[in-house]
Amino acid sequence: MANTSSTTDVKVLGAWPSPFVIRVRIALNIKSVKYEFLEETFGSKSQLLLQSNPVHKKIPVFIHGGKPIAESLIIVQYIDEVWSSGPSILPSDPYDRAIARFWAAYVDDKFFPPLRLIKSAQGEEKAALVKQVTEGLDLLEEAFQKSSKGKAFFGGDRIGYLDIAFGSTLGWLRATENMGEVKLLDGAKTPGLVLWAESFCADGAVKGLIPETEKLVEFAKLLAARMKGGAPPKQ
Amino acid sequence: MAEVKLFRTWSSTFALRIVWALEVKGIEYDMIYEDLSNKSSMLLQYNPVYKKVPVLLHKGKPISESFVILEYIEETWTSKTPSLLPGDPYQRAMARFWAKFGDDKILPLIWEAFIKQGKDQEEALIAAHENLKYLEVELRGKKFLGGETVGFADLTFGWLANLVSVFEEVAGVTLIDHEKFPLLLTWMKNFMDAPKIRETWPPRDKLINKYRALRETLIAKEPK
Repeated sequence: MANTSSTTDVKVLGAWPSPFVIRVRIALNIKSVKYEFLEETFGSKSQLLLQSNPVHKKIPVFIHGGKPIAESLIIVQYIDEVWSSGPSILPSDPYDRAIARFWAAYVDDKFFPPLRLIKSAQGEEKAALVKQVTEGLDLLEEAFQKSSKGKAFFGGDRIGYLDIAFGSTLGWLRATENMGEVKLLDGAKTPGLVLWAESFCADGAVKGLIPETEKLVEFAKLLAARMKGGAPPKQ
Repeated sequence: MAEVKLFRTWSSTFALRIVWALEVKGIEYDMIYEDLSNKSSMLLQYNPVYKKVPVLLHKGKPISESFVILEYIEETWTSKTPSLLPGDPYQRAMARFWAKFGDDKILPLIWEAFIKQGKDQEEALIAAHENLKYLEVELRGKKFLGGETVGFADLTFGWLANLVSVFEEVAGVTLIDHEKFPLLLTWMKNFMDAPKIRETWPPRDKLINKYRALRETLIAKEPK
């Protein structure tokens, strides 16, 4: 739970629209770890951010006992390893862990990059991006069927690493469907994922973290205006 | 027949990471060489998403993506030393961070500097050096990124020790100079001299020929 006046030594530097930041918060919620959420102001980077992630200057940054860690999936693994008495985020079997890591990397390398471009694309370029994303969803549906073994989540009965990695992008997925006037998550093609998405967003560790579509659409417009105005986007 | 098989090409830097990991840990494995211009049906079956090497096959189950494979090796053969990752979670996070940084920033920028010419090459080199500075700082007081022995991040940066001199010879440019990056050059030498590493390097003259041909092809394709 976010606790802005906390004296805990667990801090998250982030911003509400970022799926990468959402991943870290879900992981902390799973472990019932209280943390201080330090929200970056849109359009500028705080001193703390620049100091704690000088290499990339990006959010999220996780600061534990004064020591900073960057890169959302690396942070999630760290959280899993440190708070090891809480529910596990990564599966226990090495092969299952490899599958989860493989698909999480796929989300970051192949799925999310074209997804985030759809909203400002047109014509042929847009069609190509939509195709990439829907093909990605087909692959993820297959991965879901194999991984969930009939349960609600990629992680089985409880949400796990891949649920977090992929589920964190659902806000932007829905916002993109809205802005791009395109159906991406289709019950006829990926029925498992449609049900999974509902279960994921309703999960106790996730509730309230996936931004509403209207808010993201508004934010996207702000981002686009800023880019048109010549100022570089923050991340 | 070993229960571990590694699909690789003779030159793939990513596959070489896995060769090193298996050799360093003394894990028995069979090598299967792929010709990427004529991929085997096995490769396509085991890595349908990317259709690339490396693929590790363990007891018939395939794993792709070099970082994923390295973590799998570390977690499966727990009695095989040395460990590739330290025990402390923060140090593990740092090792993973640097490895990812290498592939996200250093590798593409050095590659750009290698395949481009003139102004483009200069700009790529400046960007590469900006990023290599972080690595240089990280190496202070350390023999390897993993400490006393070669670790996860060292294996993923190993291509520097292997390929930079090849790139420099082919492109006729210094990519990593001694004055700016003394610790990095020392690391490259230590890495080369570490057990099991140099023995498995692809032959230098073959690499020179391959990358010379590749560079010529890419430069010829550039719009004038």
